[in-house]
Amino acid sequence: MIRLALAYLKDRALVTGFSIALIALGVASLAVLLLVTSQLERRFARDSAGIDLVVGAKGSPLQLILSSVYHADTPTGNVPLASLELLRHDPGVARAVPLALGDSFRGARLVGTEPAFLEIHGAKLAQGRMFAAPGEAVLGSEAATQTGLALGDMFSGAHGVGADGSAHDRSPLLVVGVLKPTGAVTDRLVLTPVESIWAMHGIPAPGGKQADTHKDHALLDPRDGPEAEITAILVSYRNVMAAMRLPSAINRETALQAASPAAETARLLSLFGAALDGARLFAWLVAITGLLSVFVVLLSAATAREGDMALLRVMGASRAEAAGTVLLEGVLIAAAGAVLGLLAGHALLALGAGLFPTLVAVGIGPWLLHPGELAIAATVPGLGIAASLVPALRVYRTDLAETLARGS
Amino acid sequence: MVPLLAIQDLHFARGDRPILSGFNLVQQRGQHLLLLGPSGSGKSTLISLIAGLLTPGSGTILLDGQPMPATARARDDLRRRRIAIIFQSLRLVSALSLRANLELAARLAGQPEAAISPLLEQLGLERRAGAKPRELSQGEAQRAAIARALVARPALLLADEPTSALDDRNADMVGRLLVESAAETGASLLVATHDSRLAAHIPTTIRLSA
Repeated sequence: MIRLALAYLKDRALVTGFSIALIALGVASLAVLLLVTSQLERRFARDSAGIDLVVGAKGSPLQLILSSVYHADTPTGNVPLASLELLRHDPGVARAVPLALGDSFRGARLVGTEPAFLEIHGAKLAQGRMFAAPGEAVLGSEAATQTGLALGDMFSGAHGVGADGSAHDRSPLLVVGVLKPTGAVTDRLVLTPVESIWAMHGIPAPGGKQADTHKDHALLDPRDGPEAEITAILVSYRNVMAAMRLPSAINRETALQAASPAAETARLLSLFGAALDGARLFAWLVAITGLLSVFVVLLSAATAREGDMALLRVMGASRAEAAGTVLLEGVLIAAAGAVLGLLAGHALLALGAGLFPTLVAVGIGPWLLHPGELAIAATVPGLGIAASLVPALRVYRTDLAETLARGS
Repeated sequence: MVPLLAIQDLHFARGDRPILSGFNLVQQRGQHLLLLGPSGSGKSTLISLIAGLLTPGSGTILLDGQPMPATARARDDLRRRRIAIIFQSLRLVSALSLRANLELAARLAGQPEAAISPLLEQLGLERRAGAKPRELSQGEAQRAAIARALVARPALLLADEPTSALDDRNADMVGRLLVESAAETGASLLVATHDSRLAAHIPTTIRLSA
């Protein structure tokens, strides 16, 4: 009977195509929303794992988190190097890792930090060794591809986090290691000791003297002249008490700002939550419109093909088999719409990722699958059955002798 | 010898209006019968009763000596394997090509599809196998209906007004092919019609009056 159902669908290809396209449009929208939100949530959770608090300059806490944890925004400013030591001496702090941000190379962000940064993200070396001295750099796997750098290459970082910043020609960096891909933010970064960043800007490390021409750089405070500073500090708590005490103490009693990645991420997602709910509702409406079109088309087809169904019965097909062809048509249209919609959803994301590199930068993988897609793939054909139930019942209940008397 | 079809004292009414009253008929295997009568004489009703599509008010219909099965499923099975019907206008399933129609009929009857090509050739339709029903002429469509019915290898082939819509040439061709093809496949023919042109091909006639 599946061949018969397919033949009926092919026989009215335009209408069938329209119904499939409507369902596919709704499913594609649902898939894009599902994939983007789930991948962002997962990416946010993975990148902020092991980081309880971020301490940086006063400003927007969300900007601080985006720039320091997800490396997706400009830093809020700099903080004195001494604040790192203060935090490290706090009994509630298990780990405090400095970050010096604001430079890049061929679009990959340079991060001045310490080897502990890799421990936070569980990154491992694929080639070479860990940086051990100023002037050495380790590349994330995607950063290596993006920049075209390899072990032993020398390069000079550029001012700013965009791809068009002016170069810091002094103190070039030597690539000493490349990291294995982790799927985390480290993949996209170029890591080097904080002292390398200072040296690039001519800022003397404590005990040294250098100068920089980029007076607008985030690492410099023009009022005080070149001075070793850092951009942010990633903090892991030693105990729960620290979680209760540290953020409020820092925000209230110092010129610094403390922001929680979990809280800021939740705030960011909730900002989009209402819009996402609206978009999801709209997507379902489009899909339901497609299923309604299936209902209308099949109801009209059930009437138009009373003779065919009667003939099928005369040929020995049971009531259930005759009605089953109608049901099957509904399922096939809905299933085709679901499959095409899911494929289109991924294709749209791939297109978006190609057009807007930021999507890739925030961790959108166009071809990654989500279990929710299976739920969509099962639900939509189920709704297809529901849409074709009434037309199928109409065929089931057809009075065969009466139809034959009318049509023969 | 048990006749292929035996109808005894058959009564059928629609509401208060009697359609058949005390109808009797015996058809032997290999015998072809023409039920000749005007519109309203109960020919189509009789075909539907024999095919198990209607239930008689009283009387018996025995096929191979067996009464009509009581359950719908058993009657569906009977139509799959023992009885085929040709109508005046319901000839083929509209969405399927001629060959696909025959394949479906063969599958439903549990018959091999190998018989399709010889049958199409016999009915002069081999070049029209890929055509949809709407692409066939009236004569081709009625021959296609014969092919669709015979591919199921029925013991009894019922035909309800098979030539009414056809011109003389096509009516003659369909009448001749009905008889020849039925003989070829071993089916017995019971043709209900008001078209007396068919008497030239099926001389044994039972007359029904309105």
